[in-house]
Amino acid sequence: MNDVIYQTEALIAEDIDAYLEAHQHKTMLRFITCGSVDDGKSTLIGRLLYDSKMIFEDQLASLESESKKVGTQGQEIDFALLVDGLAAEREQGITIDVAYRFFSTEKRKFIVADCPGHEQYTRNMVTGASTADLAVILIDARKGVLVQTRRHSYLCHLLGIRNIVLAVNKMDLVGYDQATYEAIVADYGAFAREIGIAAFTAMPISGFKGDNITGSSRNTPWYTGQPLLAHLETVELDTTRDAARPFRMPVQWVNRPNLDFRGFSGLIATGSVKPGDAVRVLPSGKTSTVKSIVTLGGNLDEASAGQSVTICLDDEIDCSRGNVLALADHPPQSADQFEATIVWMDDDPLHVGRAYWMKLATQTVSVAVQPPKYEINVNTMEHLAAKTLVLNAIGVTEIITDKPVVFEAYADNRTLGGFILIDKVTNRTVGAGMLHFSLRRAQNVHWQATSIGRAEHARMKNQKPLVLWFTGLSGSGKSTIANEVEKTLNLMNRHTFLLDGDNIRHGLNKDLGFTEADRIENIRRIGEVAKLMADAGLIVLTAFISPFRAERQIVRDMLPQGEFVEVFVDTPLAVAEERDVKGLYKKARAGELKNFTGIDSPYEAPESPDIVVNTVAMTPAEAAEFIIRNIMPLK
Amino acid sequence: MTRPPTHLERLEAESIHIMREVVAEAQNPVMLYSVGKDSAVMLHLAKKAFFPSPPPFPLLHVDTTWKFRDMYALREKAAKDAGMELLVYQNPEAQERGINPFDHGPLHTDMWKTEGLKQALDKYGFDTAFGGARRDEEKSRAKERIFSFRTASHGWDPKNQRPELWNLYNARKAAKESIRVFPISNWTQLDIWQYIHLEGIEIVPLYFSARRPTVERDGMLLMVDDERFRLESGEVPVERSIRFRTLGCYPLTGAVESEAATLPEIIQEMLLTTTSERQGRTIDKDEGGAGMEVKKQQGYF
Repeated sequence: MNDVIYQTEALIAEDIDAYLEAHQHKTMLRFITCGSVDDGKSTLIGRLLYDSKMIFEDQLASLESESKKVGTQGQEIDFALLVDGLAAEREQGITIDVAYRFFSTEKRKFIVADCPGHEQYTRNMVTGASTADLAVILIDARKGVLVQTRRHSYLCHLLGIRNIVLAVNKMDLVGYDQATYEAIVADYGAFAREIGIAAFTAMPISGFKGDNITGSSRNTPWYTGQPLLAHLETVELDTTRDAARPFRMPVQWVNRPNLDFRGFSGLIATGSVKPGDAVRVLPSGKTSTVKSIVTLGGNLDEASAGQSVTICLDDEIDCSRGNVLALADHPPQSADQFEATIVWMDDDPLHVGRAYWMKLATQTVSVAVQPPKYEINVNTMEHLAAKTLVLNAIGVTEIITDKPVVFEAYADNRTLGGFILIDKVTNRTVGAGMLHFSLRRAQNVHWQATSIGRAEHARMKNQKPLVLWFTGLSGSGKSTIANEVEKTLNLMNRHTFLLDGDNIRHGLNKDLGFTEADRIENIRRIGEVAKLMADAGLIVLTAFISPFRAERQIVRDMLPQGEFVEVFVDTPLAVAEERDVKGLYKKARAGELKNFTGIDSPYEAPESPDIVVNTVAMTPAEAAEFIIRNIMPLK
Repeated sequence: MTRPPTHLERLEAESIHIMREVVAEAQNPVMLYSVGKDSAVMLHLAKKAFFPSPPPFPLLHVDTTWKFRDMYALREKAAKDAGMELLVYQNPEAQERGINPFDHGPLHTDMWKTEGLKQALDKYGFDTAFGGARRDEEKSRAKERIFSFRTASHGWDPKNQRPELWNLYNARKAAKESIRVFPISNWTQLDIWQYIHLEGIEIVPLYFSARRPTVERDGMLLMVDDERFRLESGEVPVERSIRFRTLGCYPLTGAVESEAATLPEIIQEMLLTTTSERQGRTIDKDEGGAGMEVKKQQGYF
């Protein structure tokens, strides 16, 4: 079993230079192991590390003592203890995060992503699968294809892993029975075809006993395929495939040490590039020629997928971070509406209509996610109706970006098709997605260039457009104060308009209720209307509870810097409830009104409002005067 | 290039990509520099990532005043060669109270390194700090993200780390929050040595075997690097042929007896030895098996 290892050791001892020469030409394979605790996943990884001599004596000593203390294998070594890292996990006996392990053989270096298998850790598995060339799907030979096997296979397929190994483990516990093995493989094969897995490699193993791991096992003479390690050493790498595709390099950084040098730095995603090649900068579409490929070690004659380089062009064309350099004759497209599969990764569910940041390669844009077309049951692959996506849910939906994004379908290009979603307020990574294709709609809707723009409108009115956005609890005095402010502005000959519940909820938004999703859509529409009015040169006042920070932030982002003025009408809940001008608090307390802000729906106070008025200390007229003083000079 | 990239080429490309992402997205990045072999590789990668520009961030050495003299010498030279600003920070409180490895045990690391690092990051307002930690070093590191998010008080919450997919890193954060970035996460100890060998990177001579004055104490071979070393009664420094597999504060760093005087010999010795790298350091052994995890939650790198 350990022949390979002993040969290596002899080489190290006798001729270190020859060993180093061989080692430096090794390639690298990243793979993921999928299975639940009981499938022997950690044991298999521990075994691979052990057999490839990646465990040192001191680690082994502590492993042996720990095996006896907390191990589950009696007096034998419990390899699983090698790889279960965090203290909390050791106590619970489960892996809850993605851990990366390293080992190497004569031909390759390996990085293993060790992921938890339970359904509540779908996001962890998706994370581990995103960088893997290959997946080892573990099955307990005593149990056969389980729900979790289907889930793991689906996730690996979804993340675009083309090399799937079906490792039927614990063969020692079924007496190395060929019929058992073949029944499992046939069962899995039927399922794999169903979900579109074109090919997979099956093998009978025992991680615990070491069968068919580093060498062919005498216990399975009927198995004629390769042992696991030999397969891992020879399978085709994704970088080989990527290198054969057309050239694309997302620009990370413009390197400009002085006026004579301007280079575009990035990691080549696909294809290769040489000096003299015609390239196109996207999304602008401008073309140029590669002058040189610059590295510290000297200029290169050619560079290809997987290399980090700096490219200089013949012409001084516009190109910056977020742009993509591509083969001139075969560029990727750009679009602003897509269909995508999204995996939700945050405790806070997807808010349809809310703006999130989307990071795709080096592009970061603001996006709105549409209601899911359906959610996918990861155990049965059924399509379910869904209004949102919660933690670990996977759904297909449309995404609208605020400006064009250079992309390719995820199936063709992981770099230009994979993206993450970031919450604009908490900055957490809340989702990951894979683009399928762009939607035609966006391509046919072009902005109509108009001759009279917002600057002209503002000049005619002799004022600087503003949106005074009043936010606060129901009954805090938003409408009253906004009304006072508008009256004063009118006396000053300013052109204004006040948007409030009466003129919006009864017309434009009469189809909306008070659920969280409707509240978000309500504010989005009001924001759009306020923006149009500001474009027309008006000073717009809005008086809505607008309870969520994220939505107020969306409106702020729609407008030029300085035109959105957030006015926080700060009234404690107790005071507003005591005033209860419209009798709404009483109804809400009685349970007659649902989703009432402050009672059974949250109000997120502004963190850094532009203006705060305290209605306990100020009268509405004083508050209005204070606001006017703060927004002067209005030109 | 028709052949597929080697594992070192892929690791190098990944590290460079990570460094460029930080420079493109962070407001005020810094590279932590400890003068060890991992720092040497990091510095070399930074030069490659931004060539022909010098790396657009300073180096920060959180000093304990107890490093080997050879380390201080290389520190100055390496920064100068790279054309980078070198910032050295020493915790004034540790200075004032005379905290040292002989009298203060674990407090020495806590005050000079853990507290010193927090103070230095706060002082200069660095929002993103490159560190040279690797996932193969220790069990709790295997789960560390490449972009490791820290709270305003520099705390690390293993349950509150961001998912990291593909090579997309989320560098967004609120004011006062910070991110530690580990560009060589996926390198192993062997990769580091092989890369130093292939690229001809200058490292501290202490990694190579030479005759040096030593004493044996508690099963460790310690080097008497300067006159501050307190000899216990009966201890007489003995010249031995030694080298170091890892470098830190000299009174806390165990040497190994060795004849390995070239990089291939070092690699050969490493591959044939049977004890893991961090074993020469005392830090992992505190608090039972979870030593490093506890230190990280307190803000240790």
